[in-house]
Amino acid sequence: MKNQLVLHKEEYEKLSAICNSLQRGTYAKAVFLIDKDGQLLASSGETQDLDVTSLASLTAGNIAATGGLAELLGEKEFVIQSNEGEHENVNISIVPPRAILLIIFDRRSNLGLVRLRVRSASQEMTKVLEEALQKPEDQGKAAFSDFTDDDIDLIFGENV
Amino acid sequence: MPFINYASHEINCKIVYYGPGLCGKTTNLQYIFAKTNPALKGKMISLETETERTLFFDFLPLALGQIKGFKARFHLYTVPGQVFYDASRRLILRGVDGVVFVADSQAERYEANLESLENLRENLEQHGYDLDHMPYVVQYNKRDLPTAVDLDFLRANLNPTNVPDYEAVATTGHNVFPTLKAIARQVVEDLKKR
Repeated sequence: MKNQLVLHKEEYEKLSAICNSLQRGTYAKAVFLIDKDGQLLASSGETQDLDVTSLASLTAGNIAATGGLAELLGEKEFVIQSNEGEHENVNISIVPPRAILLIIFDRRSNLGLVRLRVRSASQEMTKVLEEALQKPEDQGKAAFSDFTDDDIDLIFGENV
Repeated sequence: MPFINYASHEINCKIVYYGPGLCGKTTNLQYIFAKTNPALKGKMISLETETERTLFFDFLPLALGQIKGFKARFHLYTVPGQVFYDASRRLILRGVDGVVFVADSQAERYEANLESLENLRENLEQHGYDLDHMPYVVQYNKRDLPTAVDLDFLRANLNPTNVPDYEAVATTGHNVFPTLKAIARQVVEDLKKR
């Protein structure tokens, strides 16, 4: 089983800063960094009107499906995808070791600029993700070792 | 293992509902979506065929509460149950933290249950998981139907390791939430143990 990714404040702030810089540098509407399991890691731009949870899940599903397709064709994976809409476009690229970079852009930007900036941003993100994966796992475990049954019951409350 | 985000104080857990075609996986999620407080749920996404069979997955995000200051978020997924969607099922299992196996209690679906259970084990193994060593709950759905097989028989053959199991009628909601709570509890307890 792969290493578990635990996102601490330090890595989150680094990834957010890279997303901010990428969003400004590409004049993109929004930038999302998503774990291949469908979790949002960081974002920047006009995200408030978007259902980011669904977006992250669907993006991961998309990459999983095209990854399966690539394997069938003898490719390791398709590292970049572009989708063109009527008003907005989407560029999706894989960020090793296990993330996906989704950029939403409109006519304020263009695909060439997005692809150019994504290349260097991806390398920076990869470094941060690799640092996060190399952190000792027990940094994550300690916080949860004293969960009680009452704590777990509280999750469900009266609202479910 | 769940995704822990210390920056936003969130624990995100992925639960997958698995089972043969038309056993009630999507119905489970639809009932959960319909009955959950709007403040605690996101949009339910269903990627389905023209005839409303699951094509790729259903997805329902729930934010049920807090545990030790961390928001506990559960992402529920279903897989497409029809046999020929095996490649898609394997993809959806990536990163799973807990599995609910939904069995179809009808006598004519008994073999399909067995095949699906074996398929689940194989697909989990491909991701490096062992069904016998992870959060896992069994639900015997469609207990209201006239051809529903005797529970003890189903239990002996579909749940030989005696994980928590529930009789259910997903169309009415009977035992849908207890099933969800049981798997969520196991996932959180598993987090505690690691």
